[in-house]
Amino acid sequence: MTSHELLPLAVLASSLLPGLIIFALPEAWIGVRTFLNLFAAIAKLGLVALLLAGVAAGEEYGVRYAVLPGLELALKADALGMLFITLSAILWLFTTLYAIGYLEGAPHRSRFFGFFSLCVTATMGIAMAANLFTFFIFYELLTLSTFPLVVHRGTDKAMKGGTIYLAYTLIGGTALLAGIVWLHHLLGHTEFAHAGIAAALGPEYAGQLKIIFLLLIAGVGVKAAIVPLHGWLPQAMVAPAPVSALLHAVAVVKAGAFGIVRIVYEVYGVEFAQSLDLLYPLAIFAAVTILWGSFRALFQDDLKKRLAYSTVSQVSYIVLGVALFGPIGTIGGLVHLVHQGIMKITLFFCAGNFAETLGIHKVSEMDGAGRRMPLTTLAFSIGALGMMGAPLTAGAVSKAWLMDGATAARMDWAIWVLWTSSLLNAAYFLPILWRAWLRPVPAAWPEEHIARRGWRETALLLLLPPLFTAAATLTAGMLADSEATPLAWARLIAEREYIGQGRP
Amino acid sequence: MSTGFVFALAGAVLFSLGVAGVVLIGHLLRRILAFNLMGSGAFLVLVGLAQRQDVADPVPQAMVLTGIVVAVAATALALALVRKLHALTGQLGLPGDVDE
Amino acid sequence: MSMSEPLFDPLAWLILLPLAWATLAFVLGPGRGAWPAIAGLATQCWLALDLAQKVGAGGTAAHVVGGWGAPLGIDLAVDGLSAAMLLLTQAVALPLAIYARSYFKPGDPAGTWFWPLTGFLIAGLNALFVSADLFNLYVTLELVGLAAVGLVAAGGGAQQVAAALRYLFATLVGSGAYLLGVALIYGAYGTVSIATLLPLVTDDAPRLAWIAGGLMVAGLMLKTALFPFHFWLPPAHGGAPAPVSALLSALVVKASFYLILRLWLGPLQAVLPAFAWLMALLGAAAIFWGSWQAIRAVKLKRLIAYSTVAQLGYLFLIFPLLAAPGAIHAGVMQVFAHGLAKAGMFAAAGVLIKATGQDTVAGLAGAVERLPVTMFAFGLAGMTLMGLPPSSGFLAKWQIIEAALAQGHWIIAAVVLAGGLLAAVYVLRVLRQAFLMAPASATLAPVPRTLEWSAFALAAASVLLGLRGVELMQLPGAVT
Repeated sequence: MTSHELLPLAVLASSLLPGLIIFALPEAWIGVRTFLNLFAAIAKLGLVALLLAGVAAGEEYGVRYAVLPGLELALKADALGMLFITLSAILWLFTTLYAIGYLEGAPHRSRFFGFFSLCVTATMGIAMAANLFTFFIFYELLTLSTFPLVVHRGTDKAMKGGTIYLAYTLIGGTALLAGIVWLHHLLGHTEFAHAGIAAALGPEYAGQLKIIFLLLIAGVGVKAAIVPLHGWLPQAMVAPAPVSALLHAVAVVKAGAFGIVRIVYEVYGVEFAQSLDLLYPLAIFAAVTILWGSFRALFQDDLKKRLAYSTVSQVSYIVLGVALFGPIGTIGGLVHLVHQGIMKITLFFCAGNFAETLGIHKVSEMDGAGRRMPLTTLAFSIGALGMMGAPLTAGAVSKAWLMDGATAARMDWAIWVLWTSSLLNAAYFLPILWRAWLRPVPAAWPEEHIARRGWRETALLLLLPPLFTAAATLTAGMLADSEATPLAWARLIAEREYIGQGRP
Repeated sequence: MSTGFVFALAGAVLFSLGVAGVVLIGHLLRRILAFNLMGSGAFLVLVGLAQRQDVADPVPQAMVLTGIVVAVAATALALALVRKLHALTGQLGLPGDVDE
Repeated sequence: MSMSEPLFDPLAWLILLPLAWATLAFVLGPGRGAWPAIAGLATQCWLALDLAQKVGAGGTAAHVVGGWGAPLGIDLAVDGLSAAMLLLTQAVALPLAIYARSYFKPGDPAGTWFWPLTGFLIAGLNALFVSADLFNLYVTLELVGLAAVGLVAAGGGAQQVAAALRYLFATLVGSGAYLLGVALIYGAYGTVSIATLLPLVTDDAPRLAWIAGGLMVAGLMLKTALFPFHFWLPPAHGGAPAPVSALLSALVVKASFYLILRLWLGPLQAVLPAFAWLMALLGAAAIFWGSWQAIRAVKLKRLIAYSTVAQLGYLFLIFPLLAAPGAIHAGVMQVFAHGLAKAGMFAAAGVLIKATGQDTVAGLAGAVERLPVTMFAFGLAGMTLMGLPPSSGFLAKWQIIEAALAQGHWIIAAVVLAGGLLAAVYVLRVLRQAFLMAPASATLAPVPRTLEWSAFALAAASVLLGLRGVELMQLPGAVT
């Protein structure tokens, strides 16, 4: 086995094996578990860096393995996959740190971190899948490994949220499977390829291909929380904060959005999809989701629920970027895949901090929180401003590219959708900031768990991750045009895969 | 109509009666008897249909002998179970099946 | 045909060994004989693997018992299908034997005659899979049925004895119908040898052959518990001790299915395809009815037993697809997937029942916390039953759907997909309950680790097979 085959496997193994070992660890072995967690996260980051350097230099990494005659598990590391892998690997490290702090003293941590690692393994598999069959396997593994995390607390409410989550994702998975087998039956394979593979079928298959597209997009659309398939996301809020971060920024909704990108670009091919009139309806669904998510967020008093609806809205920016037929929109969508992740994970870390430190769960309880927890509130503010698309933040960059993409595609209504959503974002985020910074401190916090120690307003492991990701939000925004940023990589993908050699 | 065919026809009738008995009768001893009737019916068909030439065919005879052994074993097992059930419940019928 | 040295023929030993350790266990007395059984099964595993490798590589094996050939003697023959069934039987029975050794404590009345009966059951199954004539198949079918009834009754309670009797009558009527079919076949063709019948039964077969085919298949459907003949299965499989339930659900019902498939692909291939859609219809009904009953079941083992009714339905969906290659592969994969997963699931259920002291789904709260390995096993087995990747159940479903689409029968694909969702409902019903926090009052009895880990091994095997199906899929290609 060559190193070009081993490296993708090593990326998977770097979280899979520690995960399996962690399952077996006794609850009390905190040190060993923490070491394994961090070792795995850092090792994975190192391996991903190696892989990234290789892919940037034009190397090809991949490995194939037949599970049945004619049916192969296949992994490859391409530019598009690397975008997602790098994002997940970096955010995984932060989320792990955060989770170690968050779960200090909580029960069942071996189980939690075991499934946590499986979840990241599945995400890496999704990113590196070289065909729809492999994609599906990891996609369902992701569903299964997130369920125990969502219901981790074991309360009736957690069960209800988890059950709804599974009902949506399993039904979505069934639609996806139906689409994949159908396509496999027509084509004899489901390999991802530049400019797609579906065009190889003659025009007489157009009708079938449209239904298959619907099945596939409905399947991944559940995880991407496209309206009307988004119902699970606000319900899954019962999960502990690190899990919400994982669901919203690192793994689940991202896997859905990433799936849409793969399907549109590498299964159907963007031009073929356009010729089948598939992209315009997709853009409409994305637009409706953007507006509906933002609109519903306005009315949520529960902080995490407000953030959840915000996710519903923001993830469809990515879908909109994909559906805007043209390279500029593509770049906007892809870069938002990363930017939304950094910003939303910041917000969820902060929401977790408010809840863990002061017992604040609701927007109406946020009064004066900025005085008590200035650093957390600062990070939260940066994330929120980024979501609105304020200048200097990462959000501004993605929004600008998306708007240019809409102009280039002559879809002016999409620009209006983006503007309206920004206004709505401001309408639901600014009151939070106003309360936190400008309203007086209440006589007592709802439930203060962690006392202030010097400049440390909360536990260190809870404080540092959001500060890092907030800093990343600013960096990605201010240095967007330099090299080695998500934007530069998204442009590389667009050039390499869709504009350069992508055209037949 | 040859003798063999008459035997076979009688066997088929016996078999049907036996099946009806096993399915419809509630009393367990009578059900076991019905099963034996069913088996004998099948044996009769086996021997009867094979009697087309004047020479007796040894193969079905061997099969029927084996079949009788099997039927005896099955009957013994059934009787043992019925005795056990009778000892436990004092009844000679099957109680209803419940999931609770 | 390769004829190996008769004395060392693995074919003969696969039948002789279980007979030997069963007899030994009987002589040793009540509750004894676990170790000879485990040793014997380990050897059988090795023999079956060796045989499967030979057959997979394109060979066949045959054995003439005692040197007496057909028509008066007994011929044994192995092709890909039988090699696969032999392999599954030994592979499931060995971990279950290890499980049962810990499960039945010394003096447990339920385990009194477990070892001899299991030995006779395995011997009967192995003999069935290698029998080359219709009548010998009948005899082995009865051997399997009687041993299985004995195992069901072993619990000793009134419910179990009643379940055993119900099962006994069902199985006797089933094999009676089969026997009558054999008699008619002999009457029509003068032979019961599968190989001899193969060229004789043609499209213009006499009416007698059609009636025979109908009788045999109906009897076997009864024994396979295909809807609506499933009535006997839930009480029998749900009421027996866990190792017995596992053996019955994983292996015994597959034996009669194997026989249907054997007739279908072999001597009655001109006759039986007329029933193809009837079988598929009943299979679909089994999937829906069995799943629905599993969703509603109060008792845990009852739920699993109804799941067996549903999962057997998938096997019958392949019949309209058998005209083209691929369907038989799907069938073999499903037999393996369900065999391993259901054995693992019943074994896990046995642990849960021992620990909680009750056989209800509601009593499982807190099980994930207290018995993580067992619940993990249950979850993995559930994954296979739901057909989620990367399990073998997923591959089986994939193959059925693909075969269905290839022949334009999308309705079968739809049934398979819907069945997966229904399975998810009943599996998650259990997992959901188990994830709940335990009531403070609940105490769990300690459970031997062997029990937990042998259940886990079976369940894990059902998932891991999904990553390595290539070798197994060589076997159905070698069906003769």
